[in-house]
Amino acid sequence: MEKLLEVKNLEVSFQTYGGTVKAVRGVSFDLHKGETLAIVGESGSGKSVTSQSIMKLIPMPPGRISGGQILLSGEDIVPKTEKQMEKIRGKEISMIFQDPMTSLNPTMRVGTQIMEVLIKHQNMSKTDAKNRAIELLRLVGIPMPEKRVNQYPHEFSGGMRQRAMIAIALAANPKLLIADEPTTALDVTIQAQILELMKDLQNKMDTSIIFITHDLGVVANVADRVAVMYAGQIVEMGTVDEIFYDPRHPYTWGLLASMPSLENDEKAELAAIPGTPPDLTDPPKGDAFAARNQYALAIDFEEEPPMFQISETHFAKTWLLHPDAPKVEPPEAVKKRMRQLSSTFEKPVVVKEGK
Amino acid sequence: MAKYIGKRLLYMLLSLWMIVTATFFFMRIAPGNPFASEKKLPPEIEANLNAHFGLDKPWYAQYWEYLVRIVNWDFGPSFKYKSQTVNDLINEGFPVSFLLGMEAIFIAVAVGVLLGIIAALKHNRWPDYTAMIVAVLGISVPSFIMASFLQYFLAIKMGIFPVARWETFMHSVLPAVALASTPMAFIARLTRSSMLEVLANDYIKTAKSKGLSRGVITVKHTIRNALLPVVTYMGPLTAGILTGSFVIERIFGIPGLGAHFVTSINNRDYTVIMGVTVFYSILLLVSILLVDIAYGIIDPRIKLAGGKKGE
Repeated sequence: MEKLLEVKNLEVSFQTYGGTVKAVRGVSFDLHKGETLAIVGESGSGKSVTSQSIMKLIPMPPGRISGGQILLSGEDIVPKTEKQMEKIRGKEISMIFQDPMTSLNPTMRVGTQIMEVLIKHQNMSKTDAKNRAIELLRLVGIPMPEKRVNQYPHEFSGGMRQRAMIAIALAANPKLLIADEPTTALDVTIQAQILELMKDLQNKMDTSIIFITHDLGVVANVADRVAVMYAGQIVEMGTVDEIFYDPRHPYTWGLLASMPSLENDEKAELAAIPGTPPDLTDPPKGDAFAARNQYALAIDFEEEPPMFQISETHFAKTWLLHPDAPKVEPPEAVKKRMRQLSSTFEKPVVVKEGK
Repeated sequence: MAKYIGKRLLYMLLSLWMIVTATFFFMRIAPGNPFASEKKLPPEIEANLNAHFGLDKPWYAQYWEYLVRIVNWDFGPSFKYKSQTVNDLINEGFPVSFLLGMEAIFIAVAVGVLLGIIAALKHNRWPDYTAMIVAVLGISVPSFIMASFLQYFLAIKMGIFPVARWETFMHSVLPAVALASTPMAFIARLTRSSMLEVLANDYIKTAKSKGLSRGVITVKHTIRNALLPVVTYMGPLTAGILTGSFVIERIFGIPGLGAHFVTSINNRDYTVIMGVTVFYSILLLVSILLVDIAYGIIDPRIKLAGGKKGE
């Protein structure tokens, strides 16, 4: 499959009064055409910063891409100027934000907000753009688009606004759609509809999607692959099956164990990961998760673990995969769902630098 | 919309009636009368004058007579300027004051908004600091000091503008600038803070993620939304400029209406006090109505009561 996006060793930092916050610390992943990659992690893990860096939407200053490359169809966008980025934003990559209530301009007609993209990137005339805007609204499932196109955002419900946002994002047929927690602010029934719509449109338009969320239920629903982020790094990455049925990183275990499930018996308490994420102005030595990790080894506090490869697609960054590490049992809730996957290598392999 | 405006006009009449009534009675409570001067008038003459102007009638008769006259847009004769009616005074003075006021409002809004936008776009850099220093100066220096300052430097020292009087357009520049300085500074600060607020909104990020350029985002997405507080301020601004202009008119020797507003009170010139008050009140009420209508046009979320959406 063709690689659409390659992120290599991305580092993003923010200059603040309290010092430099290293929000993203060496993130690498790639994305194929038509694929959906979910990035999960708790607040402050750097998932939103990573995705906004791909469009260079982080405010600079105080933000800065301090290292690494972002290759879009083989071309590095990190050194590009604002003027060059304007041609990429909305056309090659577009974005859906978390809160549909605030991400549309309240004093501009919804149609006009869609037309802006079409006029900018597809050189359409006003009439053509308006007709296309009506088509797009119909495509995202808004009834009576001819009337809706002239309405203002406050006349739309939350779910409809998110549909309108999707229409804006898809207006210029982008190759990559970044959805930054698109369903978090919506109620559950609407969430399912929006996810369904996104999957449907992805099939029709063959767009790649980066889906940022902290909801593992949503991940299982939409993603092909999953990257788990913690403290500005990807700690585990693999296909949905690998992450859900054969997780290797203790942080992923913690996330999965804290997910409510119908099989949980009602007396069992829902597990939580103790503690809080580390301060990224001064990231801890060794493994960033060590302080909250009940399986932490002595070396976790001394030296950062390398990335181990468990299968062709499965990577995890934990010393537990080292041949000398003691055998540990994942928590009960996770063990119940574990199963042997055929693609797993016989032994985890350390990933060489520069891969 | 028509229904809404009709309703508003009705409320305006009610407010006007309350203003007229309050002014009428407060004026009578104030000690002294139009004919009081250093030399005491013989009682017969005073009685004659009172009879001539209808001041010998009981208060309710005078009040009623006055209401009827206002409805007919006749403010009566001035007590002080013997040969002129109040209508004459207004007809002569108002065009001058209006022109000066409009010029001042134009300067205040145009320069204020511009300074505010520049300050917000260059937030925490030197253009921002410069604009805000100008704004602080404008707010803290009273208009009469600003006026003398402008007269001294631009008129007397440099001779660019005439010092005073009201003849050509050049004569109107200095008084308009002096009058505009405080509201301009206020508008600059208002625009700056509201621009910064709008710029931090999610929909600005959406606009950026669509690939729109900074210029387009500023013009189409930011300024319009940031101007709402400025529009709100337009009502009080009109009031401030109209009532504030008498000082400036005095300093520059401009034959406007503002002067009458003050002198008539000193003179107890009852008809002029009433006439000018009523006239200014109408002006104010109309400008407030216009501000409210402008509101609904700028922000579609504000629906004027009784109006149908989209109209």
